[in-house]
Amino acid sequence: MADITITDTVDITDVVCPVTFVKAKVALEELDDGDILAVRMNDGEPVQNVPRSIKEEGHKILKLDDNGDGTYTLIVRKVGD
Amino acid sequence: MAVDYGTLKKGGFMRQKQKNHFSLRLRVVGGNVTAVQLAKIAEVAEQFGDGHVHLTSRQSIEIPFIKLEEIDSVKAALADGGVEPGVCGPRVRTITACQGAAICPSGCIDTYALAKELDDRYFARELPHKFKFGITGCQNNCLKAEENDLGIKGGIKVTWREADCISCGVCVKACRSKAIALEDGKITVNSDLCNFCGRCCKACPTDAWDTIQGYVVSFGGLFGNHIAKGEAVIPFIEDHDTLMRICDTAIQFFDDNALPGERFKFTLDRIGWDKFNEKIMEAYHNG
Repeated sequence: MADITITDTVDITDVVCPVTFVKAKVALEELDDGDILAVRMNDGEPVQNVPRSIKEEGHKILKLDDNGDGTYTLIVRKVGD
Repeated sequence: MAVDYGTLKKGGFMRQKQKNHFSLRLRVVGGNVTAVQLAKIAEVAEQFGDGHVHLTSRQSIEIPFIKLEEIDSVKAALADGGVEPGVCGPRVRTITACQGAAICPSGCIDTYALAKELDDRYFARELPHKFKFGITGCQNNCLKAEENDLGIKGGIKVTWREADCISCGVCVKACRSKAIALEDGKITVNSDLCNFCGRCCKACPTDAWDTIQGYVVSFGGLFGNHIAKGEAVIPFIEDHDTLMRICDTAIQFFDDNALPGERFKFTLDRIGWDKFNEKIMEAYHNG
């Protein structure tokens, strides 16, 4: 996984459910198939639910990094145009 | 001619406070009604009722203000649209269900298919008192399984599959029971904490879990004059046939032991949960 190049980053720590997922979804829509999005999200409800919602949209989750500051960064590869 | 209210009630006609008027309860399974049925129900409510229907607390529909002398015409009209009367009184009532796995992303079992099966098997079966089944698709419990005499809750039993795991830790966060740990790239599941909600496998990016769909069954729930939460005897039932044997056993236990007008919970309290548990364990093991 060393060769992951982040195409774009979105911070969803400033919004609450269901806007968390909507904001991530909109960011993904801006990208092309195969691009990588980093999504920074809060611990708790966002990290419990947003990864699953992104999976259900058909995108590929590559990893989840614990930032150690109460936030996590989800690395997602966009699937589809 | 004397009116046989018992028979009317059995056929879903609930006597209203207004003389010679009845609220007709309809047979609904798992909360689903087709558009054709709805259109017929609307037509009957207009023609024979006062133009409104009532949605009951247990997913049925009632058409109020049906007149005694028009009951047969109402039944015939409804039958035309594939609508049957429901039941009241001491028998198996409406089988309720959430939308389940066929529609809902959280669903772990096909609740509607199960509701139809239970409806075919038990609906209107005569018993010492009312008996309610409720089916909910997952731990979110939108259908409130434990408030029923027999509640069924869908679940998923998971086993981690190391070969497909990318150690992302999404499952650790998705789990609300804190049952999952990730250490040195290996996942462990604490089976004492796992509640079979299935959130881990549903969230997993690589589907690195072997899964078994199953059921958590509770007995003796009530939510009327008395309130009690149904209790499970077996933590997780892994297959459909075992579930059916357990349902058969529970309802037979109620039929054999309940006093007239006694709800399942009070039969269990009076006869003894230990005796009931024995019967259930027998049904569980004798496949």
